[in-house]
Amino acid sequence: MRRRAFLLAGLGTGGALFLGWTLLPPRQRLRGQHTPDIPAASGTVALNGWLTIAPDDTVTIVAPKAEMGQGIHTALAMLVAEELDCDWEQVRVSHSPIDRIYGNVAALVDGLPIHPDQAEAPLARGVRWLTAKVAREMGVMMTGGSSSIRDCWMVARQAGAAAREALLSAAAEQTGVPIADCRTERGVVVCGTQRLRYGSLAAAALRQRPSRVVLKPPSQFTRIGMPTRRLDARAKVEGAPLYGIDVSLPGMLYAAVSMPPVLGSRPLHFDQQAALARPGVRAVVSLEGTRYGDPPGVAIIAESWWQARQALPALAIEWSPSPHAALSSDGIMTTLREQALHGDGFAFRRSGDAETIVNTPGARVVESLYEAPYLAHAAMEPINATARISRDQADIWVGTQVPGFTRDAVAHVTAIDPSRITVHQHQLGGAFGRRLEADYAAQVAMIARAIPGVPVQVIWTREDDMRADFYRPAAAARFRAALSPTGNVRALVVQSASQAPFKALSQRVGFLPTMRGPDRTTAEGTWDQPYEFPAMQATHAEVTLPVPVGSWRSVGHSHQAFFLESFIDELAQQTGQDPLTYRLALLTRHPRAATVLRRATDAAGWNTPLTRTDDGTLRARGLALHWSFGSYVAQVAEVSIDRAQQPRVHRMVCAIDCGLVVNPNGVTQQVESAIIYGLSAALHGAITIGNGRVQQGNFHEYRALRINECPVIETHLITSTEPPSGAGEVALPPVAPAVGNAIAVLIGRRLRQLPLRLSASGDGA
Amino acid sequence: MSQAAPILLLVNGREHAVAMSEDTPLLWALRESLQLMGTKFGCGMALCGACTVHVDGVPTRACVTPIGTLAGRPITTIEGLQGTVANVVRAAWVNADVPQCGYCQSGQVMATMALLQQHPTPTDADIDAALAGTICRCGTYPRIRAAIHAAAQQLTAAPSSVSTPDSSAAPSTTTPSQN
Repeated sequence: MRRRAFLLAGLGTGGALFLGWTLLPPRQRLRGQHTPDIPAASGTVALNGWLTIAPDDTVTIVAPKAEMGQGIHTALAMLVAEELDCDWEQVRVSHSPIDRIYGNVAALVDGLPIHPDQAEAPLARGVRWLTAKVAREMGVMMTGGSSSIRDCWMVARQAGAAAREALLSAAAEQTGVPIADCRTERGVVVCGTQRLRYGSLAAAALRQRPSRVVLKPPSQFTRIGMPTRRLDARAKVEGAPLYGIDVSLPGMLYAAVSMPPVLGSRPLHFDQQAALARPGVRAVVSLEGTRYGDPPGVAIIAESWWQARQALPALAIEWSPSPHAALSSDGIMTTLREQALHGDGFAFRRSGDAETIVNTPGARVVESLYEAPYLAHAAMEPINATARISRDQADIWVGTQVPGFTRDAVAHVTAIDPSRITVHQHQLGGAFGRRLEADYAAQVAMIARAIPGVPVQVIWTREDDMRADFYRPAAAARFRAALSPTGNVRALVVQSASQAPFKALSQRVGFLPTMRGPDRTTAEGTWDQPYEFPAMQATHAEVTLPVPVGSWRSVGHSHQAFFLESFIDELAQQTGQDPLTYRLALLTRHPRAATVLRRATDAAGWNTPLTRTDDGTLRARGLALHWSFGSYVAQVAEVSIDRAQQPRVHRMVCAIDCGLVVNPNGVTQQVESAIIYGLSAALHGAITIGNGRVQQGNFHEYRALRINECPVIETHLITSTEPPSGAGEVALPPVAPAVGNAIAVLIGRRLRQLPLRLSASGDGA
Repeated sequence: MSQAAPILLLVNGREHAVAMSEDTPLLWALRESLQLMGTKFGCGMALCGACTVHVDGVPTRACVTPIGTLAGRPITTIEGLQGTVANVVRAAWVNADVPQCGYCQSGQVMATMALLQQHPTPTDADIDAALAGTICRCGTYPRIRAAIHAAAQQLTAAPSSVSTPDSSAAPSTTTPSQN
């Protein structure tokens, strides 16, 4: 009952906003209040909020999603181009302005704590429908949650189809040929013997009001589903200035920042004069920190970034004592373990009386405790932003997953009306959830306003980036399974414990600032999985700790999948069953899950013997399955232990069912990406806290997988007619358990902590 | 800015007077003074390779190389790469759909150019040795490896021919092979 109550209460958090709002129908996402940013070369026409056509036939797709490596610009262009029937060679992509029509609907619907099996139940459908309507009204622009294709799958095609219809209509009007006798062909409207280029029709098309917009059935797709190369690859091998950090403006100054070494500390005193005396230094700015999560500190503005950076020590900052000065990872993990064992957890799933079954005297119970550390995002482009703040106008140049919140943050700091603030969106040199935050927007605004009218670029060092991150929460989970005499699961009880990342983000950016109730993102990955246990109870104890947490690629799934899939493997092992057979028996009513398992294991040669590695060491295979963001992924890892007792991953075979695939190249790239990002975390990743300090600062202490450690990756896409589901994050969760399950075979003991280390000693670089 | 005499840097075949102090890392001179944005800041400690340029033809981490040590020495950045090998490597990158966010790719390409100079037909071990210093967080390694092998094959098969991306050679959608 408690869960159902939340569904309604969850809507209530936005309830006050309903009043007076007309609920937008989906098609109203086509035309916004702001015209897309059209280059000065005029004659270019925006047929709706999603595309422009230039006289030279160039079609520019206006993308409301940030390009951060995931290939979304190419995929969105494919969606529009499919229906527009334009010439692919003429397609360009630009980032959209901020407008309500670009608000992310899919991600909000996804945030509801509805079990996937119940998504089509009447109450859940109603809640999802209402949430979608609210999301359209709120218009929160957000790239994340593996939601972009789900979010734009319909509207981007509608935009292309509506534009094509208008072009047809304009051509019919101009030629006098009945519209029914006109057709389109790669950027040209053909009316009898006449061929009219889109570029020549665009202005006239703008006056048309097509009454009928029909989308192609998938059987007629000629572009969607075709392996398509990225549109931005050429620019990226030429060193083109695509990123926020590449912004260069006349008269621009640079800033370096000093942020608290101990969490919760702030500057008490610093030597402003000494810093000002350093070469090139133009200003010293005291930073108060804001609710967006930017910590207090001191910034130095100089003529070059190196001068600013070199002048920081001259500040000789005296930091305040912090209430968190004794905080340590050991203490945090003790708290999390305690909460996983005895905390007051919220029940995300309760089917049957699992607790009673597990507690029945004489029951055969398997119990395990799993742990995961904090993780930093460590995108290759360190956090940076450029701003120019005048009395009543502001510009910010930035790569962000949340342009609206970025604008809000600048408004919050400067008190300038948001309508007079322009966010210039750039490509992101990686994000992985880090750029869902607006802390750096608030910080750059605070720094740049010190020299009004002059653009200032703030660049964080790698150490700043790593120590002022919003981390993947550390977590612990306790599993208990009651088994039948034959080894079948009779009941599964799990309680996990961690901080709540989405709640923290919501409070910082002012989105659902009063969010109460459970945070799905903290618990996802256990209760929402397809396994058909006769009885299951999945609870999560939310823990409050001073370490900032946020969304890290696949969020809760990133560690919960390791916990659950390792435990499933333990159960199979304990009862002497094959891990594949054991899982399949729990998935009889979930054919999509079973299919990816079979596909991955078939491709990996699951039941075939393994050869030894070149150095003579044994190899073993490990299997994992996970559902996240609407998609099913299974992976088989081939692993050995080298002579230095380090796990080496040789091969990863992955099967993914993410519904209909828009760009097979793009999905394959994302699978490879998630596996490698996941391997970095599984084998090396840990942010630890000692005496209130984040102990890692750069890549020698927080290791990323390098090419010499990278396995062969084989990706198998399941052909599907289901609507598209998530792709960017979904291949990450199974990585750690697949590798861990292989290690358990090799060493005969289970590693229950991430990262996967055979000895307790550190992970030297 | 600085009172000292400008330092003359020979970048991509052209001489530039840079009015920055001699301890300034080359990275910041390239980006701020020469407006060459292709060389990236990643770690500042020669740990990630995003800032890789060639100095005297040798891959060098611009983030830890003070400009005071570079006067008159030939420096090549991603923007200055030209010729057959560069064209083939870039085309191989595009054909194999290598870049994701792309931020590290300048460094990857610069490391590859130096590798192919030394090993025209590199083995996987050669690739590991030459590129292990260049971190990619998006995980483009398998495609980098495939692109290097493809480029090497093309360069040794017909050193004068230069490929351009063409849609008929789309990479496999399921299995980018490592070898």
